[in-house]
Order: sequence, then C-alpha cells, then structure tokens
Amino acid sequence: MAELLEIRSLNAGIEGKELLHDISLSVSQGETHVLMGQNGAGKSTLGSTIMGSPEYKVTKGSIIFDGEDITLDSPDKRAVKGIFMSFQNPVEIPGITLSEFLRNALEHITGEKIKLWDFKKKLNSAMEILDMDRSYADRELNTGFSGGEKKKAEILQLLMLRPRLAILDETDSGLDVDAVKTVSRGIEEYRKNSSGTLIIITHNSRILDEVHLDKTHILMNGRIVKEGDGSLAAHVLENGFEKYINKDDIA
Amino acid sequence: MKEKTQLNDIDRSIYDFRYDEDKEDFLDSGITPDIIKEISQEKNDPQWMREFRLSSLEIYKKTPMVKWGPSIDGLDVNNIVTYIRPKSRMNTEWDNVPDNIKETFEKLGIPKAERESLAGVGAQYDSELVYHNVRKEVAQSGVVYTDLESAMHDPLYADIIRSHFMKLVPPTDHKFAALHGAVWSGGSFVYVPKGVHLDIPLQSYFRLNAKGAGQFEHTLIILEEDSSLHFIEGCSAPKYYEAGLHAGCVELFVGKNAKLRYSTIENWSKNMFNLNTKRAIVEENGRIEWVSGSFGSHVSYLYPMSILNGRKASAEFTGITFAGEGQNLDTGAKIVHNAPETSSYMNTKSISKSGGISTFRSAVTINEKAEGSRSSVSCESLMLDRISRSDTIPVIDVKTDKCDVGHEAKIGRISDEAVFYLMSRGLDEENAKAMIVRGFADNVSKELPLEYAVEMNNLIGLEMHGSIG
Repeated sequence: MAELLEIRSLNAGIEGKELLHDISLSVSQGETHVLMGQNGAGKSTLGSTIMGSPEYKVTKGSIIFDGEDITLDSPDKRAVKGIFMSFQNPVEIPGITLSEFLRNALEHITGEKIKLWDFKKKLNSAMEILDMDRSYADRELNTGFSGGEKKKAEILQLLMLRPRLAILDETDSGLDVDAVKTVSRGIEEYRKNSSGTLIIITHNSRILDEVHLDKTHILMNGRIVKEGDGSLAAHVLENGFEKYINKDDIA
Repeated sequence: MKEKTQLNDIDRSIYDFRYDEDKEDFLDSGITPDIIKEISQEKNDPQWMREFRLSSLEIYKKTPMVKWGPSIDGLDVNNIVTYIRPKSRMNTEWDNVPDNIKETFEKLGIPKAERESLAGVGAQYDSELVYHNVRKEVAQSGVVYTDLESAMHDPLYADIIRSHFMKLVPPTDHKFAALHGAVWSGGSFVYVPKGVHLDIPLQSYFRLNAKGAGQFEHTLIILEEDSSLHFIEGCSAPKYYEAGLHAGCVELFVGKNAKLRYSTIENWSKNMFNLNTKRAIVEENGRIEWVSGSFGSHVSYLYPMSILNGRKASAEFTGITFAGEGQNLDTGAKIVHNAPETSSYMNTKSISKSGGISTFRSAVTINEKAEGSRSSVSCESLMLDRISRSDTIPVIDVKTDKCDVGHEAKIGRISDEAVFYLMSRGLDEENAKAMIVRGFADNVSKELPLEYAVEMNNLIGLEMHGSIG
C-alpha cells in the first residue's frame, strides 16, 4: 500500500530549542496509528508540525504527503491537500457561528460553492451521529463551549471536511465515558465512510478501547523510542512508560 | 507573499470616481466676513441667519485651535473652499438631477436604496442638496423632511428652526462648531409630529466631490412626543491630494416618550479631516440610539453626545472604528445623565492595522439630580499587527452615589493561535484574519442598516487584503 504520510528524519522546534529529534514515521492510507508518551514527550508538537503550525520550525528532514513534499507548505495548503488536526484546545472565535465557519471551511477545502440547503442536510446528519443538538450550529465557534462540546465540535468538523489524514490531539482528554463513546462513534464513522487515515495522540486508554489500531509509536523526549503493532499500546497502558525511558535523555 | 495595501485605493473605485467642477462655481477659499456675506447672499438667508453667521465668524477667530486630539497640522482652513455654487436647484424628481451628479449617486446605490426600503431620501452634492424626496404617505402623516434652507423660509417652520438651530451645539462649543456656524450649508431638517411613528427609515447621503473643499452640512431633527424615527446618514468623498474638511453638525431633539435611532456610516477618503459634532437631547422616557461606523478620513474627531434631560430617558451608543494606514481616528461618545433614573449603554469596537491609530474616548457624567441612573460602557480594541495602535480613554464623572456605573475595556492583538486554527481548516491567512475581524465586529455590524453591514463586511475583506506580512 502506498504511504500517505511519510516523515523523514525530522528535527523541529521553537527558536533556540529543538523539540523533535530525528523522527521518521510512515502511515499508509486507511491505517490507524497511535502516538503515545508522557506529558511533554513531544506528541502534540509532532501533530502540530505535521499540520504546519507556525509555532514550530523544521530544521532538518522532510514531511511527504501523498508523494508531495509539504515541509514548507502553509497550514491551509496542507488542509486543502487533505490533512486535518483535531485540536487539544480548540480556539474560541467569537462572532462567527459554527455553521458559517464550517461552510466557509468546506468551500475552501473543496474549492466549490455549496448550496445552503445541501450544506444544512450534511451538517444535520453529521450532528446526529454525534448526538449534538442542532442549535449548536448557530452558536459562536467554540465560544463558551464546555471541554466536551469543543471536542465534539472538532469531530463534527472531521466528519464534514472528510480529510484524507486526521490527527486527533488528545481528543479524549477531559471527556466522560459517554462522551468518549460518542466521539469514538464519530471517529469510526470517519474511518469507514471516508476510508480515513488516523494518527491518534493520547496518553490515556479510553479512546483506544473503542478503535482498531494498526501501529503504535512511543515518544520520549522528542524521539520515537519504540514502535509496534496495536498490541503495544495495550501493553504500555498496562505497564507504563518507564521501561522505554532512555536514561541518557534525562539530563 | 507580501502584497501592499495599494488595493484599498483601487477598490475604493466606487467612491473615488469624480467629476470636474467648474471653477467659476467656487467661492474664494478662506474665511473672511466678505466670504461669509457672499455665502449668505447666495443662500438668501434671513437676516437673523446672516447675523448668526457673522457672529460665529467672530467666535471662530477668537477660539484657539483644538490641541488635545490627533494633529490636524495638514489642514489649512484658509485654503479650504467653504462654498460651491450648485449646478442645479434642489429637485424632487430624480430625473431632473444633472446627469453626472445622478450617476455619482447611482453608483453609490442611491436612490436605488430609496426605491427598495426608505421612506425618504436626501442627497447633498458638495455644498447643496440636489435631491430630496419623501414618500407621499409619509408626507401626509405630517412628517417634514427637507433641507434647512427651504424650511427657514417656510412660515410653518421658520420659528422652530430659529429656536433650535445651534442651540444644542452653540458656536462657542469649539473652533469647528464656530466655523460651522459661519459657513454651514445644506443638510437636513426633519420634523416628526406628535404620535407619528415612521416604520421605515429616512436617509440622507452626503457627497463631497470638489477638491480642496469643505462640507458643512447641518442636520436638525425634532421628534415631538410619542413619535419615532430611524434616520440614516451616509458620507463619502473621492480621494484627492489636497486635504478636504468635513465639519458637519447634527442636532437631535427627542421629545417625551419619543425614540430616535440615528445610524451613520462615514467613509470619507483617506485625506479628509472629519471634525464632526453630533448631539442629542432627550426628554422624559425618550430614547436615542446611535449607530456609528467610522472607516474613512485621515483624521477624525467624533464623539456624539447624548444629554438625558428627562426622567427615565435613555441612550444607547453602538460604534465601530477601523483605522488603517495613515489614519488617526479619535472617536467615542459622551453621555450626560441630567435626570433621575436615566440609563445609558455604550458598546464599541475598534480595529487598527498597518500603523493606523484608533483612540476611543468615553465620557459619562452623572449629575447630582440623576439619582437611580445606570450606565454601562464596554469597549474592545483589536490590533492586527505590531505597528498599529489602540488607546482607550474613559472618563467617568459621578456626582451622586445613588447610581450604578460600569466600565469594561479590552485591548488585544489578533492571536496567532486563532489564525493557525482557521488556516488548518483550509482558510488562507488573509481569509482567516478577515473572519476573526468580522467576528469581532459582529455584534456591531448587526446593528447597521443592512446595506451598510454588507458594505462593512466587504470593507473588512478589502482592508485585510495585503495587510499580511
């Protein structure tokens, strides 16, 4: 199977400080990968770097998406090519409704105008999957949303925008059991109906119980220290990260 | 990736086209008794008005230049042409308006707007009104909407005008009020009789076409008891190298239980000095609502004032200011609580970018007799880059402790995180920023008349273009 995402010996960081060291990673179309690691291991930094966050600079290596080098592309170009990230802390945008924003985003990504009626239909059915009340569509984007509502709104965007690769950054954190189930249902829907490819970033187990995993990558201090199939995730969750810590890195 | 903001000028094309005017129509520039007498002559003023102009001129000479706001050094009042003879007399038939003037207003959407949603329209071109029309049913209800000049000669209104004209904003108020008193020309007179409610708005549009000229229109609106009105005012001018001056004056008298909504969009060209004075006095249980958008001009001084003179009178001020490159917009609002149980609410947003300066001044005075009054002020500023500036200068003067006064100010920059979030959903940087700005302005733009809200949204998109980098 062709690689959808290929990261080659990537170093990245903020000015004066390298945070990711020599990361190499391949994700094939349709696979689900999980990035695990303790707080501060560099998981979110890696996710944001793939999305093109201006906060992080790539100092070495490259990111190839669908055969194209996107290392220098702006985030919107990456989005149009099919990359999506569910944010750990979605930003509040007052004065713009969720529905207005989504329609705008959809038109930018597809490059086509969408009729209001068609859009509403699509939106309503996606909201149904996520048990979201329709009134959410008219609320200001993420503004005053609870943590759980924000995460649901992120998954709603995932279902509407149908990216080729979705990075879910701690989508399960702060959610109660029922909300995890709802969000997982959304993720499953994306996987099946959009033959979606996923990178799930998490340090916790609940969301992993609900989805099938192809590969596990363990990050420590900005390096991938261990890789394996889906069962590695379960193993780590049971036994903790300690044994993967490279003592040399803790200086 | 770097584009310069030249596009602003190109896209102002609907405002920037202009027609040449004939030089013989210009009175000499400068401000002398002879010029004032000539204006008075041209306009066929009654005796009292001629005297009023001349005494205003004396006050003008004696009053020092304003010093406390943005610099008006580029303005040489002695070079401003204060009066331009009209090419045409006032018309009530659109077809009779001269072609180039007609074309100007048609490009600006007038009188298309009138056909669609207005009760009456007035259009001023340079110094004089060229068109005025009111729907028949509106006229039949006793509502008067005309130019001040005609009304001054109408025995029905002559006395009303004399007893109200520049009583709220006397020429002694400040230097440009005095100048206005001396050279004013054009504008509107609106009279709404007792008990009459106009459901559809009246609109006037001021267009300064001539170069190096000043526009000094006077708007006088009187609402009798239990009446209501929505008045919309739009202003624009094409861009010239020579600075222009706008020193209009608006006086609003809101009677007992009456309600006036006054919406303005000022979109002057970016070399105009906009030194405008607006004031309302509100009687018992009456209400004034200001909606004010300031986009154009090089320098603005604009602080509409509401005097709440009767028990339970109320004022609401909603404003938005957008200062771009080379602009210094000093705006705000003043409220004076002069009676018990009066209330005021101020909600403003200001945006600055590309080195633009936006200053918001609020002044709330609660006098001793205004017991049980409430006032709430909220102002928010958004700076789009590091070279722009935004200041908030609130003044609260409270003379009774039996009142409730609140003030809230927020100043911020557009967040990189928010831009990244929107870009990660496919919006390019420019669109992402424009969306954030639109959202920021949303609760104000909702208050604008629809065509102006659309115009404002387009303007935000336009102004954002090339603002990046």
